[in-house]
Amino acid sequence: MTAPITAASMALDGGVLSAGDAAPEAAFVPSRGFWGHVGHRLVRDPVAMGAGAVILLVVLIAILSPWITPMDPYKGSMLRRLKHVGDATYWLGSDELGRDMISRLMLGSRLSLFIGVTPVLIAFVIGSAIGILAGYVGGWTNTILMRTIDVFFAFPSVLLAIALSGALGAGIFNSIVSLTCVFVPQIARVAESVTTGIRKRDYIDAAKLSGALPLTIMRVQVLGNVVGPIFVYATSLISVSMILASGLSFLGLGVRPPEPEWGLMLNTLRTAIYANPVVAALPGVCIFVVSIAFNLFSDGLRAAMEIRQ
Amino acid sequence: MSVIPDAPDPFARDRGGPAQPLLSVSGLYKHFPVRKAGGKKQVVRAVDGVDFDVLKGETLGIVGESGCGKSTTAKLLMGLIERDAGSLLYDGQPVGERVMPWRSYRRQVQMVFQDSYASLNPRMTVEQSIAFGPKVNGVPGREAVERARALLARVGLEPKRFAGRYPHEISGGQRQRVNIARSLALEPRLVLLDEAVSALDKSVEAQVLNLLLDLKAEFGLTYIFISHDLNVVRFISDRVMVMYLGRVSEIGPSDTVLDAPAHPYTEALLASMPSLDPNNRTQAALLQGDPPNPIDPPSGCRFHPRCTLAEPICSETEPPLDTVGPLHRVSCLARQPGSGHSAAPARALAA
Repeated sequence: MTAPITAASMALDGGVLSAGDAAPEAAFVPSRGFWGHVGHRLVRDPVAMGAGAVILLVVLIAILSPWITPMDPYKGSMLRRLKHVGDATYWLGSDELGRDMISRLMLGSRLSLFIGVTPVLIAFVIGSAIGILAGYVGGWTNTILMRTIDVFFAFPSVLLAIALSGALGAGIFNSIVSLTCVFVPQIARVAESVTTGIRKRDYIDAAKLSGALPLTIMRVQVLGNVVGPIFVYATSLISVSMILASGLSFLGLGVRPPEPEWGLMLNTLRTAIYANPVVAALPGVCIFVVSIAFNLFSDGLRAAMEIRQ
Repeated sequence: MSVIPDAPDPFARDRGGPAQPLLSVSGLYKHFPVRKAGGKKQVVRAVDGVDFDVLKGETLGIVGESGCGKSTTAKLLMGLIERDAGSLLYDGQPVGERVMPWRSYRRQVQMVFQDSYASLNPRMTVEQSIAFGPKVNGVPGREAVERARALLARVGLEPKRFAGRYPHEISGGQRQRVNIARSLALEPRLVLLDEAVSALDKSVEAQVLNLLLDLKAEFGLTYIFISHDLNVVRFISDRVMVMYLGRVSEIGPSDTVLDAPAHPYTEALLASMPSLDPNNRTQAALLQGDPPNPIDPPSGCRFHPRCTLAEPICSETEPPLDTVGPLHRVSCLARQPGSGHSAAPARALAA
């Protein structure tokens, strides 16, 4: 946990220090650093590592899918519709238009991940900036910013995403914009509360006393201490974002056919739920597994970042 | 030898000469608004009219119970909270006005906080924390780091071993040494130590106190030393100021104040110190109860409800801070000739 206090360092507290009796080696003792500690703890957490492996696998598949899909994900066949899982040609069956499910799921991971992660990343940057500013400056700035943010909290996030997406029109870009708008207030709220928590710390006062300008203090002293908790919260939003994005596609507000995307696939396959329930459920299983993986990973990250004295 | 570049900062050198107090505080007020259940606006009189001087090269100890306004005074002196009224003169220059903006003042006056852990950024190495001040004041990064390492060595922490450590990787005494090094990084003339050694073990405390004395001699520093520990204050201070409920009750040379106190509150404080002599055990606490509520302080002398010398006049007249001996000032009617208190010395005697 904490670095061992060596006998030598204890002796130093005794105030005895002569330049000569120091250890001969000249190198500075490198500290593992905060992120070093986090990584060290994270690799010892089997659940987080398993979740991380799943995420890594999905990301790899997403990147490589155009080259590794076993069949053409767009090519359908009226004769080979709704094949069952375990079929000799279609390993995971085929969909209602006779397209290979495994190929479509692999290619679909690209869009699903993209519209799951992008809004959260953008919202992470914007929301953190708003929250840190509001939290650090406080007073009227805080009141105005946070009350404006509160307006967004009046709507359930699903409803807000659908309303914004509907107003902007269907399409990937518009659904990313609307999802970003859903997440900015949530991230800003977390950023604000974390920043308010450390604003009164003595080291911020000490930084003020050194004559640093507010922007410098925010960048150097505040950011490093708040970015961790905000990041953890943001990673937990990725799963929400994926589900919301799938929901938008399901409603026809996101991705358009024939582009494969898990939410959209779930929608189009729902008519086949009685004919072939296992195949119809596959996109949902993918969404479930990936969002659970993101959630577990962010849980592990939070545990690894817990500050110890 | 200064590493801080010669920005237009005319205050780095002495201006007023040795007789000019380094810091002169007068009429300092800070009232915090609180709202009671009735919706009536009330204020906590945290600091309620405090005047004192800090002479060049001395250590002024400030003592008092919890809640007497010591820490608020410290924050007011550093400008961390805004004062309601009062003036600060640094070497004869009014602080916070155009001739001496807070920014130049703070290069001259630095502070060490009580909580050694909370006052260091947990995400920065020891070296980065110390180098931060010089860096934002225009010292090139490389030089600031070298300065930080030199200061680490000076406060007794071997730079090779400690520069790259994080605050949670070192002990409390080592952290407070780092805080002291940081406060010196801007080459201040006045260092305000707010309960700087109170949280340390007794043995470590003694080492840090000795370090503070060494540094004072080496860098020609002036200290304001805030503490609730009278023994520590006696050890380090040249003069002592006793505060009670946001006011100064007694100020004078530490020998006089701590050996022959004039104010009954100081007497009570000294008497409440545990004695090491088993035959001289403290039997009854001289100081009964808690200090009164600073929202609604007692009329007249604030100490009169707990005072052994209290007379009716004490609840009517607010005692001024008057001179009773060389450099020794007390706000107690019983010590001031002509005050109307029956124990007051005759006027001729004092004159």
